[in-house]
Amino acid sequence: MPKIGVYICHCGENIAGAVNIEEVKKFVEKLPDVVVVRDYLFMCSDPGQEIIKEDIRKGLVDRVVVAACTPRTHEPIFRKACEDAGLNKYYFEMANIRDQCSWAHWHEKEKATEKAKQLIAAAVAKARLLEPLEDRYVELNKNVMVVGGGIAGIFAALDLANAGFKVYLVEKSPSIGGNMAKLDKTFPTNDCSACILTPLMVEVANHPNVELLTYSEVEAVEGTVGNFRVKVRKKQTYVDWEKCTGCGACLNVCPPKARVPDEFNEGLSLRGAIYIPFPQAVPKKAVIDPDACISCSGRWFGEEPRRTKDGKPILAPCEKVCPTGACSRDEPRDPNGELIELNVGSIIVATGYRVMDKKHFKEFAPDSPNVITALQMERLISATGPTEGKLIVPSDIPKYLEWKKKVEKGKEAKLEARKPHVITFVSCVGSRDERFHTYCSKVCCMYMLKQAMLLKEKYPDLDIYIFFIDVRTPGKDFDEYYMRCRKLGIKIIKGKVGGVQRLPDERLLVRGYDADLGKPVELISDIVVLATAIEPNTDLKDLARKLGINVGAEGFLRERHTKLYPVDTMTEGVFICGCAQGPKDIPDSVAQAKAAASSAMSLLAPGKMRVEPLISEVNPEKCTGCGICAPLCPYGAIEYVEVDGKRRAKINEAICKGCGVCTAACPSKAITLHGFTYEQVLAQIKTIARKGVIEEV
Amino acid sequence: MSEEWEPNIIVIACNWCTYQAADLAGSLRYSYPPTVKVVRVPCSGRVEPEFVLEALINGSDGVLIGGCHPGDCHYKEGNYKALRRFKLLHKLLTELGIEPERVRLEWIGGSEGLKFAEVMKEFDATIRKLGPNPLKR
Ligand SMILES: Cc1cc2nc3c(=O)[nH]c(=O)nc-3n(C[C@H](O)[C@H](O)[C@H](O)COP(=O)(O)OP(=O)(O)OC[C@H]3O[C@@H](n4cnc5c(N)ncnc54)[C@H](O)[C@@H]3O)c2cc1C
Ligand code: SF4
Ligand code: SF4
Ligand code: FES
Repeated sequence: MPKIGVYICHCGENIAGAVNIEEVKKFVEKLPDVVVVRDYLFMCSDPGQEIIKEDIRKGLVDRVVVAACTPRTHEPIFRKACEDAGLNKYYFEMANIRDQCSWAHWHEKEKATEKAKQLIAAAVAKARLLEPLEDRYVELNKNVMVVGGGIAGIFAALDLANAGFKVYLVEKSPSIGGNMAKLDKTFPTNDCSACILTPLMVEVANHPNVELLTYSEVEAVEGTVGNFRVKVRKKQTYVDWEKCTGCGACLNVCPPKARVPDEFNEGLSLRGAIYIPFPQAVPKKAVIDPDACISCSGRWFGEEPRRTKDGKPILAPCEKVCPTGACSRDEPRDPNGELIELNVGSIIVATGYRVMDKKHFKEFAPDSPNVITALQMERLISATGPTEGKLIVPSDIPKYLEWKKKVEKGKEAKLEARKPHVITFVSCVGSRDERFHTYCSKVCCMYMLKQAMLLKEKYPDLDIYIFFIDVRTPGKDFDEYYMRCRKLGIKIIKGKVGGVQRLPDERLLVRGYDADLGKPVELISDIVVLATAIEPNTDLKDLARKLGINVGAEGFLRERHTKLYPVDTMTEGVFICGCAQGPKDIPDSVAQAKAAASSAMSLLAPGKMRVEPLISEVNPEKCTGCGICAPLCPYGAIEYVEVDGKRRAKINEAICKGCGVCTAACPSKAITLHGFTYEQVLAQIKTIARKGVIEEV
Repeated sequence: MSEEWEPNIIVIACNWCTYQAADLAGSLRYSYPPTVKVVRVPCSGRVEPEFVLEALINGSDGVLIGGCHPGDCHYKEGNYKALRRFKLLHKLLTELGIEPERVRLEWIGGSEGLKFAEVMKEFDATIRKLGPNPLKR
């Protein structure tokens, strides 16, 4: 006869505030095989666990049921307590009477108490049928794949590499650096973004433990913690990277038709079909964008060149100028690039964010070139931007580029670009807005203050207005930053901008509401900057599916537990960090990256790992060899073998993950899913169906 | 009936989505009828038709199987298996003279605490309208 101890947690007031513990105890004492019922303020605390351990050590109980919060977070804690006291940890079951009872039924105390009784009875019914199980061990591969080479991915990779782990850093664009590379200066210290970022880019790329896979994407992921097999597609660069030295000779030779908006400059300028993303790119290698290339010489890779009248081959301009022959079109190139396979023990996702496009906001005259996003503003004031940081109205950038071209050719030219006098910032564009995203993008208040401050310091005559719903500056040194901004004479208006109108002279009429004055305001502005929302990348959901991890309602990656497991996911061995998890600034992205790296390290360092034996097993005596189960297994874990001359199913325990699909399908009930056996689940269901009465067995 | 009848509803929830949504509903304090009680299984694909039938035979008035959204199953495709089994189960129920509305399959993702609460309210209302399970006599 099992001796079941039931331990009921008050969780402070969280459970006891809705569930009548005394009444529940009286009920539970009468349940079959229950020998001990105790309650305590916090069962998971040290003294709480000690109560359980003491009963086990004294031999009073040999099965443990804890009625408390959710097994999703606390089952491992109590299992460990059982094990420490010498009890097989699979003689443990939990009843969720907080998250799924007291919290949900707080105002219906009697009914919550009744439900708690039934849930505990169901757990006791299962506990009577528990079996001891032994943990398995799996060997762990100590390599790690980091996906995304922004500041978060770079830090995660560096920490791991420094600790001696081999890292594959997979980045989809041709260079690492991410969005931080586009920033001019960074709050709250206003240090130059490139100055702190580029040395790290170089360090990670040159690290002996890091293999950089840029212009690459994750295609498929198989396997489990410790042994993931990842297929990575190295996209076709159309430039031989072995030969390319990054000299940049090819950068400006594409004909005008082959020029497309430059991603790095957020579309404020154009780039050629052959391009290096930015001057500090790592690796500094050119790629040809096949969608932009118009094959201006009349041939694609591997095709015969056209010839001049005298039979000389006609080369594309890029081929012609390249000193190393890196972009030669003589050889064919596979448009699919190359598929490589990596074996890693853990995966860190650091794929960052994108900002919302202004086109979504018809009320803010998105067609005007002088209405720009804040990320475009970063480019406009950056020394590596389209105007080398010279402040002009964006509608005059083409004029500036023309002028620059002439000057570079040594021609005499006069720059006729207009300088702005008034700049208006609009906050929460797409954030905290029911039409788009209900969340706060978290960094916009601070970067608007930053941009305003940088502009005002450099051009004191500028009139700068910032329209805020409210200024949110929680964070170390942040509010001091805000005060500094105010002192500079930047006009901070509490209120919303209702609309922006494009004027014939390319200036903008801003109509807003000043909540302090309690009346509408109008002003003419040369540039309007929209703090558009930080959004998850469009391909994030797809990547999440490949990794078996979740995205939340807003589309960012979901952590396993907001407080306790903030960089873990539902798939063991997969961690998340940076803006892929949600909007955040650089300090927070870096902190999370380091957390993710150390989580991966502590997982992999021991070299092997205990895994729960909650998987399926075939009883060859019952199996008829019908052949139903094997095709159903999503992992191909089942094969048929000869047992005493008969065909029998056999489950490979290294592959089985314990979903129970085969168990449910087997017509002969030959398959047992340990931890969720037919009898165990049925006993729970029947007990609840009978309102807490356990069927005698 | 001496006592006022209250439905007895069992939710068989997959660990990775619907069970998590039920936890989330609680932690966000979205209330739903206490007639609803959750039993945890690893995946909706683990659910055997007998689980549902035995629940009804033993007195439950409604059974809801909760899994991950199509494509989101932690074990890739358990929920598709659940869906196929569920369709067969519905046919069987009709043959047995049980209203198929008593047994439902829902995809509720781990972040859908509100949806969990809403679905439960609505399911409870449905069962109240149907009245006690006919198998209970
Ligand atoms: C206008 C603006 C100004 C800002 N100013 C500041 C500031 O002053 N100070 C501050 O602290 N923060 C600032 N921030 C926030 C800052 O940009 C972020 O905190 C930081 O860049 C986040 O880094 P990350 O590595 O998480 O993401 P990202 O920088 O977005 O990097 C993600 C990387 O992953 C790659 N990637 C994406 N998807 C995939 C995929 N599927 N496979 C492979 N690779 C992929 C991307 O190409 C990119 O290289 C600002 C943000 C904005 C919009
Ligand atoms: S429990 Fe799932 S993973 Fe394991 S053998 Fe059965 S079907 Fe395959
Ligand atoms: S379904 Fe059951 S009986 Fe059929 S082969 Fe698989 S284990 Fe054997
Ligand atoms: S794990 Fe949720 S349905 Fe399979």
